[in-house]
Amino acid sequence: MDINYTAEERAFRDEVRTFLNEKLPKDISSKVKEHKRLGKEDTIRWQKILNEQGWLALHWPKEHGGTGWSPIQKHIFEEECAEAGAPTVLPFGVNMVAPVIIKFGTQEQKDYYLPRILRSDDWWCQGYSEPGAGSDLAGLKTRAVRDGDHYIVNGQKTWTTLGQHANMIFCLVRTDPDAKKQEGISFLLIDMEKSEGITVRPLITLDGEHEVNEVFFDDVKVPVENLVGEENKGWTCAKYLLTFERTGIAGVGSSKAALAHLKQVAREQQVNGKPLIEEPHFRSRLADVEMELMSLEMTNLRTVAAAEAGGVPGAESSFLKIMGTELRQEITDLFRRAAGPHALPFLPEQLAGDFDGETVGPEFAGSVASRYFNFRKLSIFGGSNEIQKNIISKMILGL
Amino acid sequence: MDFKFSDEQRMLEETVGRLVRDSYTFDARNKALESEHGFSTDTWTQFAELGLLGVPFSEEAGGFNGGGPELMVVAEGFGRGLVVEPYLATVVLSGVLIDKLGNDAQKEQYLPAIIGGETRFALANYETKGRYDHRFVETSAKKDGDGYVINGEKAVVLHGDSADQLVVIARTGGSGNDKDGLSAFIVDAGADGVSRRGYPTIDGLHAADITFKDVKVGADALLGDEGKALDALEATLDLALITLCAEASGAMEVACDQTLDYIKERQQFGVPIGKFQALQHRMVEMRMELEKVRSITMLAACSLDVEPQLRKKRISAAKAQVGKSGRKVAEEAIQLFGGMGMMEETPVSHYAKRIVMIDHWLGDREYHLGVLEDLIDVDDHAA
Repeated sequence: MDINYTAEERAFRDEVRTFLNEKLPKDISSKVKEHKRLGKEDTIRWQKILNEQGWLALHWPKEHGGTGWSPIQKHIFEEECAEAGAPTVLPFGVNMVAPVIIKFGTQEQKDYYLPRILRSDDWWCQGYSEPGAGSDLAGLKTRAVRDGDHYIVNGQKTWTTLGQHANMIFCLVRTDPDAKKQEGISFLLIDMEKSEGITVRPLITLDGEHEVNEVFFDDVKVPVENLVGEENKGWTCAKYLLTFERTGIAGVGSSKAALAHLKQVAREQQVNGKPLIEEPHFRSRLADVEMELMSLEMTNLRTVAAAEAGGVPGAESSFLKIMGTELRQEITDLFRRAAGPHALPFLPEQLAGDFDGETVGPEFAGSVASRYFNFRKLSIFGGSNEIQKNIISKMILGL
Repeated sequence: MDFKFSDEQRMLEETVGRLVRDSYTFDARNKALESEHGFSTDTWTQFAELGLLGVPFSEEAGGFNGGGPELMVVAEGFGRGLVVEPYLATVVLSGVLIDKLGNDAQKEQYLPAIIGGETRFALANYETKGRYDHRFVETSAKKDGDGYVINGEKAVVLHGDSADQLVVIARTGGSGNDKDGLSAFIVDAGADGVSRRGYPTIDGLHAADITFKDVKVGADALLGDEGKALDALEATLDLALITLCAEASGAMEVACDQTLDYIKERQQFGVPIGKFQALQHRMVEMRMELEKVRSITMLAACSLDVEPQLRKKRISAAKAQVGKSGRKVAEEAIQLFGGMGMMEETPVSHYAKRIVMIDHWLGDREYHLGVLEDLIDVDDHAA
C-alpha cells in the first residue's frame, strides 16, 4: 500500500502544472478565483487552448481525439485544473453527449459531431428535466412523433443550464407513450438555431443570476438521422451517461482551492481586532472541514485507484457526489460567515468580469452570499443527494 | 498510488481474520470478559504463536518489521472481532516506546518477552488534570543516588490492572505541559509503593488508576536520555492512534454489516424494515461515515514517514473523524436495531459501545480537532 503518486504520476502532474502555468490565461483564472462571472467567450477560449494541446476530451478514446488517459491521470489533471483556477469545461458536449455518440451513435454522427465538439463549434445544452419530471426523470412527457423522415417534437424542458448560449440540445423524448415509462424514450439531437418552433426563456435563480432556462418545443421538425441509438432505447443512453466517468464528481480540487482561499480570508478579516482565524468557533469549523476534506480526498483516490485497476466506478460515485457536495456547501457557509455583515450588500454588478469600481466591503465578500445560495443547487442537480442515496441503497446495499 | 495490500499485509489480514472468525466468537469473548482481567491468556499465547505480538518490531528483535499499514491491518481485524486482549497497551504503547527509547540491553531484556507473550505491559502516562494531554505530567521522578524515586498518580491506565510491568512517564524536569523534562521508566507493577485500583471499562476493556508513592527504581529503569522522552512518546502515540482508528474502522464495518442484515430481515407492516426509505437513507449515511474512516485511517497509516507536523495533522484528523463518524454509526446502529439494539445479548450493542468509547482513549474528537487547529497553517497535499 502506497498512497503517494509514482515517479511517473508525479512527472505527469508536473507536465500538467507547467502547461497550466504557461497556457491558462491569467484574466480567466483570476475571474475564476475571484468568483466573477465567466462569459461564453472565456469558456470557449479555454476549451480551444485545451484542444490545441489535445487535452479537451479527457474521457474519449484516443482514436476519436481523446486523451486516452488512465483514471489516475484524469484525476491528476482535474485536480490541477481546479487548483489553478481553470474554468470548468462545458460538460454537455465533450463529457456528456460525446460519450453517448461514441458508444451508441452512427459513423456519420461520430464523423460530424465529434470534431465539432473538439473545436467548440457547437455549444451544447442538456434537455432532460421537465416541469413534471425531475427526480422521476423517466416520467418525461415531451413527445416526438415520427412523420416520414422527421420527428415532430412538442413539449417543454427545464433547468437547461446555459441554454441561452446553446445552438444544440440533446433531449430525452417520448416516442412510445404506451410502453412502460423507461421503454418509450428516445435520445434526440436537436439543432436550436436551424429548427423552428423552439423558444428559450430565462429562469432567474435566487441569487439573481441567469444560469438556467426553460426550453419550449412547438412542432419542431427533427431529422430522423438525429436519433442516437435505437428508437425507444434512449433510457439506455441516459443511464450510460449517469454512470460515465464520475470520479471527478467529488470536486476535491475545487474544495481544496476554496479552503485555501477561505483560510487566507480568515487571516485577513478581523473580529474584535484579532484575525478571524483565531476566533475559536470559526477555527474549529475550519478544522472540521479540513478533516472532512482529507477523508473525502482519500475516498476519492481509493475510487480512482479501483477504476485504474479495472473496476467501473458505478454506485461508488454516488458516495462521492454526496460527500463532495455537502463539503462544498459547507465551505460556502463558512465564506458567508467570514464576511460577517458584509455578506449582506447585494450588488450583482460587482460580479461582472470587467467591474473595476470600488467594492462595498472587502473584495471577497461581494460574492459569498450569492454563491452560498447558488451552491444549494449542488445537492439537487445531477441526481439529488436523496436519489444518490436511493441508488446506493439499491445497488450497493441491496435494499 | 496503490491501495492494494502487499503479500505480507495480506498474510497478516488472513491470519487475524481466521483467528477472529474461528475462535473469537461472541460467546468466547463473553467468557473472556468474565475472567479476572477481562481477557483470555490462551488467546494472548495464540497471538504470540502467530507472531502478531511482534508486528511493529524489527526483525533483529524477532519482530515482523511492520509499519503503519501492517498495524492497521491487524487492528482492523481486531476491531471486527472486538478483541479485548491488551495488544494496544503492551505491544504498541509500551513495546514501541521501549523499542524507540531503550538501549540494547533494555531492548534485549523486554522486547523478546513481549513478542513471546510472557510479559504484559501498560503505559502509565495520562493524569486526571491533564485529561488527554500527554505532556501534562505532574508525576515526578527525583534523582536518588544512582536511581530515581517516583511519586504521582496516573488515571485510567489501559490494561494497567493486569500488566506485569509499567512504562511510567514522569517529570525529571520542567512542569505543566513543558516539552522538556519528560522521562520514561520501567517499573515493576508489583514494586513497593505501586498501588493499583483496577476496573472494567464500559467498552469491554480493563484499566486502572495507579498511585506511585516513593517508588524506587534503579538507573537501568530509565529509557533513553533523562528528560528527552517526548519525541519518542509522541511517535509512539501516533502509532497507537493509527491502531485505534483502524480498530474503530473494523468495528464500524461489522456494525454496519450487522445492521444491514438486520433491516433486511426484521419485518414490520408486512415487509422488511429495510424497504422503508427513511431507514435506507440512514443506512447509506452509516456506510458513508465508514468509508470516510477507512480512507482517513489509510492516510494516517501511510504518513509515519512524512515530516512530523504533517504526520500529526493527518493522524489527529483521523482520530477526530473516528470520533465524529463513529458516534454516528454507533447511534444509528442502535436506532435501526430498535429495542434489540438496547440489549446486552445483541452483539451490535457491544460494537456500539466500543466504537463510541474509542473516542475517550488517547484524545477525543475535540482534543484532536484542537491539534488540527494548532496545525491549520500546515498545508497538506496527499499523494
